[in-house]
Amino acid sequence: MMAEESKKLITGGRRIDGRALDEIRPMAARTGVIARANGSAQFAMGDTVAIAAVHGPREMHPKHMQDPVRAYLKYTYAMAPFATQDRVKPGPSRRSTEISDVSRQAFNSVVFLEEYPKTGIEVYVEVLQANASTRCAGINAASMALADAGIPMADLIASCSAGKVEGQIVLDVAGEEDTEGEVDLPIAYIPRRDEIALLQMDGLITLEEFKKALELAKQGCIKIHETLVDALKEKYRHIELSVSSARSEDKEDV
Amino acid sequence: MITKLDKEFIRTLARDGKRENGRRFDEFRPLKIELGYAKNAEGSALVTLGETRVLAGVKLSVGTPFADTANEGVLMVNAELGPKASPEFEAGPPSAQAIELARVIDRGIRESKCVDLEALCITPKEKVWIISVDIDPLNDGGNLMDAGGIAAIAALYNTKIPKLDEDGRPMFGTDAGRLKLRKIPVPVTIYKIGSAVVMDPDFEEAEAADARLTVTSVDGFLCAMQKGGTGNFKSDEVVRVVESAYGKAAELRSAIKDALGI
Repeated sequence: MMAEESKKLITGGRRIDGRALDEIRPMAARTGVIARANGSAQFAMGDTVAIAAVHGPREMHPKHMQDPVRAYLKYTYAMAPFATQDRVKPGPSRRSTEISDVSRQAFNSVVFLEEYPKTGIEVYVEVLQANASTRCAGINAASMALADAGIPMADLIASCSAGKVEGQIVLDVAGEEDTEGEVDLPIAYIPRRDEIALLQMDGLITLEEFKKALELAKQGCIKIHETLVDALKEKYRHIELSVSSARSEDKEDV
Repeated sequence: MITKLDKEFIRTLARDGKRENGRRFDEFRPLKIELGYAKNAEGSALVTLGETRVLAGVKLSVGTPFADTANEGVLMVNAELGPKASPEFEAGPPSAQAIELARVIDRGIRESKCVDLEALCITPKEKVWIISVDIDPLNDGGNLMDAGGIAAIAALYNTKIPKLDEDGRPMFGTDAGRLKLRKIPVPVTIYKIGSAVVMDPDFEEAEAADARLTVTSVDGFLCAMQKGGTGNFKSDEVVRVVESAYGKAAELRSAIKDALGI
């Protein structure tokens, strides 16, 4: 009992890593991290790091999966064998198969698949380092990678989790909150349409707490969305600069 | 697969507030539960929900616990979508759909804490009961998630724990007491067809749907959720859908309790 009390996860409104209840871990987002891929990105929230590559649109294999009116979106979520404390056996697991499938469905609603009939758009996500909310980090990386590949989308999907820890609703579950906490609620959100594209939940939560957690997760997604947009703009900053400097040179000529 | 024409028909009806089967949007098909359907399982239940039929069987074995839960029994849920149940299903390793079905039902049972896993410990750190729940759809008439979830919980309720012999091996067919359930988690999946939301779709309605949300709950709490499908729910719509699924689960729970004789 004493041991449990000394391991309190929330003290005076602060969490074990010092965050406020509604605070996301520090984020790092970067595009164009894999030169050979058509689009790529890396997204980190705290110690959770995911990298994503997009290949295609290209000819769809296997051929029987070709759709004459739209592209087939393939989404593979995997964990690097060294991403967690215990080594992860390479290859698909039941967990990764499910995460891949729900993530694929989430992206299906934003990517303009009709623009590329018969092709396959392949998204490969790998969690390089895991500290909770890995499917969320994966989706955020994939979102940027798809945009980086120049594939038209209705919006960037942003993903974040909320949870219940020691009876309190918190944003972006991490560390011991994931293993010791009561509830995990990862969502993916499309800000422009106010739509929920992915929602999973496990743990005991009341209806009122759920409403609060969903709203908090949504607000988290909106913040993450801004980070993703900034990271994508960063890629074009040097082009903007060179264009504006070229323009000012033109003026000098006149 | 259904034709585009059928899909359009179902969607048009839904837009006008109707269903081809004449049911209200929140109306389930008649539910029937037959306990002890598979005699060689420690527990089993055949659930009939309209045309949908799902058989769930529970097998028990003695094994070693996981290191991080050394004083707890092990619960596993598996599902196979064999070709017998639908022309859509293929033989071979479990599809993403089968894995999802098993994992969503697993989370509903596990997170509700309805099974007292600590009571399934035989010798701490050494020997525990391992409970395998296998979900075997016999006919996919739509809504396998809810029918499968109800079948799983009914089969667990039906489970008898065998006696152990002198060497600590289970003597199958003997009865050392029932597996006790503390709660009855009930999944209710809401399907979105255009702007309409319906419960317990038949096969065609499920095919015409854009998205679905499974909400598993017990008295007072939600315990697991899963969104599926390539369409989405508006964020305020999610809240309404969760509320109605929670309400419906309470209604179904009393029907299940009646059928189980609780």
